[in-house]
Amino acid sequence: MENEKNHIIPYKTFLIILAVLITLTVISVTLTQISLGTLTVAIALLIASVKSAYVLLYFMHLKFESRFISFATLGVILLLAVVIILTLLDYLNR
Amino acid sequence: MSAIETPRDTLTPKIGMWLFLFTEMLLFGGLFIVYTVYRYKNATAFHLAAEELSVFVGTFNTIILLISSATVAMSITAIQKNNKRLSVGLLCITIVLGLAFLVNKYFEWGEHLREQIFPGSHELALRGHGDVLFYGLYYFMTGLHALHIIVGLVLIVIITISVAKEKINAESFVFLENGGLYWHLVDLIWIFLFPLFYLIT
Repeated sequence: MENEKNHIIPYKTFLIILAVLITLTVISVTLTQISLGTLTVAIALLIASVKSAYVLLYFMHLKFESRFISFATLGVILLLAVVIILTLLDYLNR
Repeated sequence: MSAIETPRDTLTPKIGMWLFLFTEMLLFGGLFIVYTVYRYKNATAFHLAAEELSVFVGTFNTIILLISSATVAMSITAIQKNNKRLSVGLLCITIVLGLAFLVNKYFEWGEHLREQIFPGSHELALRGHGDVLFYGLYYFMTGLHALHIIVGLVLIVIITISVAKEKINAESFVFLENGGLYWHLVDLIWIFLFPLFYLIT
């Protein structure tokens, strides 16, 4: 709240983030094409989470925005995680 | 609309936009849970059905969306630096990329439809319950996502016109920021849809 002045993010930052995101996509595709069994799911979802973190922090400006929005977003992600984990615990233990 | 004269408050509209994005996250989150549970219960059918999707087209579309997200993000930098032409240019690239994504989706769905694979088809019913669930979710989730792309494109077209008309300018560009947020959310959802449907086989 104290700093309402808009932060200008250089073009270069976005290009670097884009390069990272495309690299992660290629890594994810190559790794999942090699059969790694159950690990495949974990790797694919882990890479997807890292990619979404980059999109949220840089493309969606969370890193430079008011903390309030970051905390609220974190809250929603935690809520989703709790619901997913509880549902899975239920189904896996029937 | 005519908030140009009023004192600038950029945080409130952004919080409003984020609240809306949260509901979108929960909407798709719910669908991901449905997908996970059905996949767990029909592991083999989901595995075989997912192998029929083209990884190449999926990867191509992922990269298209990632680039389009970057161009929207950069168009905000351009407007902040008062570079109207670059901002409009970057937004136009985004629109072209969004349309390219939809064209790919058209051919992808067309391929399945030609093979008589669509919800309610006789061919799909013959394949068994697991395939019906997989393709039902595939069409619904990628379809809902494509619908979001269309809405996002309409928004970006309006924003591009507003930038060109200087209604969105270096002084007031929260509409551009919020439209960008929506576009990034669509990208974010695809980041999870892509591995779930195309990669995990």
